[in-house]
Amino acid sequence: MTIQESQEEIVEEFALFDEWMDKYEHIIELGKDLPIIKEQHKTEENLIKGCQSRVWLYAEMKGENIIYTANSDAIITKGIIALMIRVFSNHTPKEIAQSDLFFIDQIGLKEHLSPTRSNGLVSMVKQIKMYSIAFQAKA
Amino acid sequence: METKTSILDVELIRSEFPILSRKVNGQPLVYLDNGATSQKPLSVISAISKYYTYQNSNIHRGIHTLSQEATTAYEEARTTVQQFINAEHTHEVIFTSGTTGSINLIASVFGKKHLKEGDEIIISTMEHHSNIVPWQMICEEKGAILKVVPINDKGEFLMSEYENLLSDKTKLVAITHVSNTLGTINPAKEIIAKAHQKGALVLIDGAQAVPHTKVDVQELDCDFYAFSGHKMFGPTGVGILYGKEDLLNNLPPYQGGGDMIKTVTFEKTTYNELPHKFEAGTPNIVGGIGLAAAIDYINKIGIDKIEAYEHELLTYATEQIKQVEGVQIIGEAEKKASVLSFVVEGTHPTDIGTIIDKLGIAIRTGHHCTEPLMNRFNIPGTARATFSFYNTFNEVDIFINALKRAIKMLL
Repeated sequence: MTIQESQEEIVEEFALFDEWMDKYEHIIELGKDLPIIKEQHKTEENLIKGCQSRVWLYAEMKGENIIYTANSDAIITKGIIALMIRVFSNHTPKEIAQSDLFFIDQIGLKEHLSPTRSNGLVSMVKQIKMYSIAFQAKA
Repeated sequence: METKTSILDVELIRSEFPILSRKVNGQPLVYLDNGATSQKPLSVISAISKYYTYQNSNIHRGIHTLSQEATTAYEEARTTVQQFINAEHTHEVIFTSGTTGSINLIASVFGKKHLKEGDEIIISTMEHHSNIVPWQMICEEKGAILKVVPINDKGEFLMSEYENLLSDKTKLVAITHVSNTLGTINPAKEIIAKAHQKGALVLIDGAQAVPHTKVDVQELDCDFYAFSGHKMFGPTGVGILYGKEDLLNNLPPYQGGGDMIKTVTFEKTTYNELPHKFEAGTPNIVGGIGLAAAIDYINKIGIDKIEAYEHELLTYATEQIKQVEGVQIIGEAEKKASVLSFVVEGTHPTDIGTIIDKLGIAIRTGHHCTEPLMNRFNIPGTARATFSFYNTFNEVDIFINALKRAIKMLL
């Protein structure tokens, strides 16, 4: 599935929820299931510090593709991270670098990507892209 | 459950704060973030609007009528502040940009004039970053040492530890009157008296005290007192530095510019008298006027009544939240003002804040600009509800129910 297709799939999934509460319950569940970052990668170096919550992000190459793992101390942030990883992980650096992030807006979670929220998510999106550019440069 | 209190006519008061009748996320707004900033009554909003509609002009330098009217309004505002905090003289009231501006002013000019290597400044564990960083900066510059008074597990200032830290080396003590994160009301008068015995000066950070309790700077005998307009129902961008006349006279000016000078030549400039010496440039005129309108409003209701009502509200909210499973209150001092900080086992404060925001409730989550204090309690942050006299017992119930719902979703 391409990055575009994964995003479209998520938008469709979220269209099922009429109530904000159902949507958040789903995100919380996703957060609980997130394949979390290995303890050895939960380092200061991989920490994205927000004012409200902390995010750890680690990236490594497996064959042609980048594999992202991440964690957060806040569960809603973690749920949104799970969605991001579903979209971006296991794609080539070039695909990731060239992609647009649109699903967050379309499922009505734009507020979580606002810089004022300071939950580390904005920096995380930047960091995902940075890794793809860095791995591209190395290749 | 609506507990009855006859101290204030809260419904009438609420009708004077237009924002309180708006909806947020489709729900009636329950505003419990008063520690961050308070809402503004119509009288303040209309004072601001009236100034720009009829009075706007620059002050202290105009020959024309409009300028004189604006100057009179601004200087009357200073007198209103003076009376409100019972300063001895009007010129002991300096307009600043806020508490942060006031503290930076004193840290800078006091440090420049009086601090030398090895001198000590005392603060406490519960200080806001605004009452930590300016002192760190000046200490670093001058080679002075910052000492920190610890607190106990309830969040109370440890007087005996303070006494141990006080010495002949202590030049200044800077302590908060009311903790923004814990709600602790510190024994300011005692802290000040003990510092004076050692010949040290005292600055009190009153940002969280002035909106909730009667402050009398002469009774406290503090040397400097700092607070903000926007936390006491006035506009943002204006605040006050109170200082004793002789101390302020002996300190050098802070910033250079218009209004703070007597005469300027390229060889030498002489400085203006108090309070203008510390007010370089065109000030926040409308801010001062708006702040005076806010003080008039507080006086109309009565600060004693406000304090009594908020005490009932906090007591009720504390009782209610204690019954919610997994909640731990952070800050259980004997004397507290209007702040309810808490953590919930197994959840992150930001998740609680996000969910109850969806239910129309505004609280604050995070470290509240008190990171060292969070480290003291070994927590990343708290969820914090802060009350004002326009909040109701019913709103406390709505908040508690929303909290229960959020916990259920998150666990």
